[in-house]
Amino acid sequence: MTLGDRTKIVLLLAPALLVIGVLFSGGLAAALVQSLGYLPAIGRTEVSFAAYREVLGSRDFLDSLILTLYVAGASTGISTVLAVLAALSLRRSSGRVSAVVFQLPITIPHLVAAVGIALVVSQTGLGARLAAALGLIGEPREFPALLYDRYSIGIILTYVWKEVPFIALVVLAALRGVAGELEEVARTLGASAWQRFWYVIFPVIAPGVVAASLIVFAFTFGAFEIPYLLGQTYPTILPVMAYNEYRALDLGARPVAMAINVLIAVITAAIAAAYLRLGRDLGRG
Amino acid sequence: MGKRPGRRRANAGIVVVAALVALPFVPLFLWTFAGEWRFPDLLPSEWSPRGIHYLLEPGGRVFEASANSLLIAGAVALASVAVGLPAGMALGGYAFRLKGLVVFFILLPILVPPLASTMGIHLTFIRLGLADTAFGVFLVHLVPTVPYTAIILASVFADRTGELESAARTLGASAWQAFRHVTLPGVAPGVAVAGLFAFLISWSQYILTVLIGGGQVVTLPMLLFSAASGNDPVITSALALVFVAPAVLVLVVALRYLKPEAPDGGKGLVGLGKAS
Repeated sequence: MTLGDRTKIVLLLAPALLVIGVLFSGGLAAALVQSLGYLPAIGRTEVSFAAYREVLGSRDFLDSLILTLYVAGASTGISTVLAVLAALSLRRSSGRVSAVVFQLPITIPHLVAAVGIALVVSQTGLGARLAAALGLIGEPREFPALLYDRYSIGIILTYVWKEVPFIALVVLAALRGVAGELEEVARTLGASAWQRFWYVIFPVIAPGVVAASLIVFAFTFGAFEIPYLLGQTYPTILPVMAYNEYRALDLGARPVAMAINVLIAVITAAIAAAYLRLGRDLGRG
Repeated sequence: MGKRPGRRRANAGIVVVAALVALPFVPLFLWTFAGEWRFPDLLPSEWSPRGIHYLLEPGGRVFEASANSLLIAGAVALASVAVGLPAGMALGGYAFRLKGLVVFFILLPILVPPLASTMGIHLTFIRLGLADTAFGVFLVHLVPTVPYTAIILASVFADRTGELESAARTLGASAWQAFRHVTLPGVAPGVAVAGLFAFLISWSQYILTVLIGGGQVVTLPMLLFSAASGNDPVITSALALVFVAPAVLVLVVALRYLKPEAPDGGKGLVGLGKAS
């Protein structure tokens, strides 16, 4: 590579690195500084880990972390299984039709998905009306509460609706490649359906599935809107907890809010690193 | 055995999946035009134009919020293509040291929530007079959009060999002419898709706008959010339908360009899932 090429690459990358470096990394750095209690705006210039000690030792944070892991884990797990099943059963259908069907939820804003799903699963929603029509329930309150509930069903349903198509498209792309031919060979050699899945298809789709699941997990771990709209009041997921602390009138709560932000960033960055690591290993293999 | 039962099963499967995908839109459409819809009626007993009137109210908040949303998302789309295009050229067209690190850095805001960085930068924005302004909102919207435009365009440039450009140069075109008349038309569909997705990501932002706009910059998702937290499904559904319109348009356009039958059809789409 010539010196001219190197200069050219640097110049080409400069605008993007500047935008992300200042607005994103700069923002995270500012969050880190504030989490250490350094807030000259309110006359605090002492630096300490007090906020982290407070956060990590508090019951609220633990409850919130558990809920966040549960919501992200359940959404990711359910989405992954359904996506693989959907892709396996749809792979022989027309590419264009399945592309439209799967692309739609991916493109729809989360907020719209949440509102639509809330109107389906609420106690006076479409589901409850159907249940009443079938004579299963008489009153709205007899329908299970799926919104603002302890099990975060409404949140998980919204995420599943949004993320199944995303993972399914990744799986479909893998299946439409070499897996089809290999499976045909395995079939000719007398492999059963289960053997074909486990020994032929699964190894082909596994890397893509893991990568897509990692993205979904990181996203659902750090996303704000859906849990803010459909979640219970306590405990809340971590980003909502950070936001509530941030909005507290007491500016003294700022370091706590920022400490939660920093912890969210560290956890999601670790997932991002794992994701890219995986991608690189695959690129080599 | 053979292909036919598999095909039939696939077609049955697609009907089921399509129904599940369509399900949340059913109450949105019905409520938008509902006048009276009591439990346990399966359909509204009366229809009313109230939802539509609310949307079209002259000088109403919907009009202002839509204009703000359009303006911000349009500017964000243009800016993130302008920033992402050169980055995509570098990442897609060249191999260089530390490339893995650069990709990690550029992709980071897709997985690390920009909410965390935006809360951190809020104080600085207040000091610089950027808080509570549409320009400040525009700036923070670039955080989730630039990674997407850069990565989409990197995959577009990675598919180009540069042979056409060399041919143009051999025939006497300047570097700029080769870029303008050969490269640019070649990558135009990819640029359009990247721009549309940046538009959509910005259009869908709620919390970044609330934080930096401080309630002074009102966009559609903010109206939708406050309606959804209230108790009027008619207004909520009407707003949701307006809010979803560009997404449907973008989908139609993107599907024309992305050609899902191509063997790598899923490739360009991977990672686009987080458009909100």
